[in-house]
Amino acid sequence: MTTLPPPSAKKLGLVIDLDTCVGCHACVVSCKGWNTENYGAPLSDQNAYSAAGQGTFLNRVHSYEVQPDQGAAQLIHFPKSCLHCEDAPCVTVCPTGASYKRQEDGIVLVNEQDCIGCGLCAWACPYGARELDAAEGVMKKCTLCVDRIYNENLPEEDRQPACVRTCPAGARHFGDLGDPDSDVSQLVAERGGFDLMPEQGTKPVNKYLPPRPKDVEPEIDILAPYLEPVAQDAKGLMGWLDKALTAMPGGSK
Amino acid sequence: MHPAPSVIIFNTFSGIGFGLLFFLGLGFPAPTGWVAFVFFAIAYIMAVGGLIASTFHLGHPERAIKAFSQWRTSWLSREGICAVAALIIMAIYGAGLVFFGTKLTILGWVGAVLSLGVVYTTSMIYAQMKTVPRWKHWSTPALFIDLSVAGGALLSGNIVIALIMLVIAGGMTAYYWATGDKRFAESGSNLANATGLGGIGSVRAFEPPHTGSNYLLKEFAFEVGRKHVQKLRIISMVFGFAIPFVLLLMVQASASHILALFAVISHIVGVLALRWLFFAQAEHVVGLYYGKR
Repeated sequence: MTTLPPPSAKKLGLVIDLDTCVGCHACVVSCKGWNTENYGAPLSDQNAYSAAGQGTFLNRVHSYEVQPDQGAAQLIHFPKSCLHCEDAPCVTVCPTGASYKRQEDGIVLVNEQDCIGCGLCAWACPYGARELDAAEGVMKKCTLCVDRIYNENLPEEDRQPACVRTCPAGARHFGDLGDPDSDVSQLVAERGGFDLMPEQGTKPVNKYLPPRPKDVEPEIDILAPYLEPVAQDAKGLMGWLDKALTAMPGGSK
Repeated sequence: MHPAPSVIIFNTFSGIGFGLLFFLGLGFPAPTGWVAFVFFAIAYIMAVGGLIASTFHLGHPERAIKAFSQWRTSWLSREGICAVAALIIMAIYGAGLVFFGTKLTILGWVGAVLSLGVVYTTSMIYAQMKTVPRWKHWSTPALFIDLSVAGGALLSGNIVIALIMLVIAGGMTAYYWATGDKRFAESGSNLANATGLGGIGSVRAFEPPHTGSNYLLKEFAFEVGRKHVQKLRIISMVFGFAIPFVLLLMVQASASHILALFAVISHIVGVLALRWLFFAQAEHVVGLYYGKR
């Protein structure tokens, strides 16, 4: 049923630390690895070994350059997957009821047997979290590894999403964001976690932690101020070359 | 947005087809026998042909029946129900005219309302998309209904109404373009709040997540059509509205069916260009994450 359920008390989701993410794409690989052989249709690739290879992924890592007013530019790696929004616009547009949000834990899922592959849910998602699989013709999206987190056949430490389990930097955290006392909620409160595109009104459950402010490096070389600056005016042969080259057409450039 | 040919054909021909059914349902004209048969055949070929074309972009068209279930929330579902209802009611009304020479007036009115309802529900599929600021506006349903009524009036031979509606639809198109060009900027979505990094400084997409393309870029970041925007806008204005207007004035003087046919063909060419632009120019906010529009 594509009517959204009343907000659930339990809101399972991810907290992604943009300060810690090193952009290794291990989460992308482990996500594809787990999800291509478990829940639902496999995640296909097209022309994987050509220059124009492409495929279906549920989690992708962008990289952004941020230039502050002062100081050096920063490079920030930015993993992005379904944010399991409370007001999920992808669910209500679905004409068949294939897309739904679970009442018990807020996970947004696709029942692939009902999906007609119209793509409207991907249109409605501002985050690009849904991709239509080119081989299967059904919509694929992050399941929050619903087949891991409740799976009693797995050792307890593996009962978390594949991306979280694999992250070597500890940049991804999984938990109940509906519980203000949970580790993830505490982390969000402490670090000022934020929503992506809040103006879209989707109320995402997943939160992002901002990069920590950069340290300012103190002046440690006490002799540097006493050093003479390197000569500005060339003399001798170099001076002559400089003048000769400047005098040539276009030489001042 | 990717301008899928199947969806452009659907929007163009179903829009005109349901516009024709609207006028037939109202009883302008209310022919009987063979003339009625030809009118209804044209309307159904366009309306149903468009609907069938629209299923070509589905991943699993064989499950399309399931799309009638979620009318409570989904405009696509409402459109499907509305289309089936309109086509059934108008088939009964048309059968009355064609085979029995009887005009079931009330049924025709219901069918007319449902026919415009199809156009409205179709337009709301686009107008509800907050992710596509150009579409998220009252003028999207207004444009769709204007185009459908103009095309319907043209095909049903209501020359005076067609002349008036061509002017209104042309004006609405110009308004839609002029205001639509500003709506992305007005929506407030930008790379700074898409990434939440705007507080640190100016954000630039440095490296995409993948070396090849993907579904999102193909579906949402379509840039080819935008190169020729001005030319295509002139084509759709001239062919869609100006030429049919002049031809209709001549038809009114001469009652020539050939000129009327040229007016219809010209209108369809213009509307096809317009519908192409409707998609090709629409920018989805997900493009921000890729530094593309």
